[in-house]
Amino acid sequence: MKTRVYVTLKGGVLDPQGKAIHNALGSLGFSGVNDVRAGKLIELDHDENVSDADLEAMCRKLLANTVIENFRIERA
Amino acid sequence: MKSAVIVFPGSNCDRDLAVAIRDVTGRAPDMLWHRETELPEGIGLIAVPGGFSYGDYLRSGAMAARSPIMREIVEAAGRGVPVIGICNGFQILTEAGLLPGALMRNQGLDFVCRDVALTVENSQSAFTARYAQGETVRFPVAHHDGNFNADAETLDRLEGEGRVAFRYAEPVNGSARNIAGILNDGGNVLGMMPHPERVIEAAHGNDDGRRLFEGLLETVA
Repeated sequence: MKTRVYVTLKGGVLDPQGKAIHNALGSLGFSGVNDVRAGKLIELDHDENVSDADLEAMCRKLLANTVIENFRIERA
Repeated sequence: MKSAVIVFPGSNCDRDLAVAIRDVTGRAPDMLWHRETELPEGIGLIAVPGGFSYGDYLRSGAMAARSPIMREIVEAAGRGVPVIGICNGFQILTEAGLLPGALMRNQGLDFVCRDVALTVENSQSAFTARYAQGETVRFPVAHHDGNFNADAETLDRLEGEGRVAFRYAEPVNGSARNIAGILNDGGNVLGMMPHPERVIEAAHGNDDGRRLFEGLLETVA
């Protein structure tokens, strides 16, 4: 089965990449975009018996750096 | 002084660091592959070099921080063995939880590669004993992810406990409070983005970095 993990920067953390994307959108002539935040999507293909707790531990131990990032787990 | 330089796939400052340690201490460090599960007996210094371990996959230092040898390094650091992480080594030490905070993409997104002025903020540590408090030194930087980030409480604690070892004299990469290098709470782990190992003799342009290794030799030996 498949699970998606979304890793995003925490609210207060400045996102230089998001800012650059935002500027690039502006220079392409797209208006009305107020902010851009860039994150990661990690797809896991795993056995049925991998528990929610296992997935949470994977995120805390490796997939996200919880000093600066939040994660959201979406089981298919 | 017995020492080791840890080598990861993608390390590229390991040999410079080994030369600096050898020249100053008179003894070549062991070059230790990251898959090793033991450190040499009686080790006096562990050095985690710069580079692009694992191609910076996931986050800079994230994969290397989970290498087998890191368990031993965390354990040795807990016993008080001095550990220095430079550039990618700093990123690895934060990812391994030996140092607080995280190193993010430089503000402005530029790879920064030049000599920068640093202020020695704490001359009491094993790493900075040969520098004067408040002294300005010049070390090269060469990084894309050197933007030090931590919450305000952590930053206040680092400042209050004298754990900011080096500070950029002017903004370089967006680092919080211009922090260039920090110590752990025991003072035996230093992480820094600038490269002292690249300025150890006059032919390098200056030898400001040499005293870092000399200080270590005196404190450890």
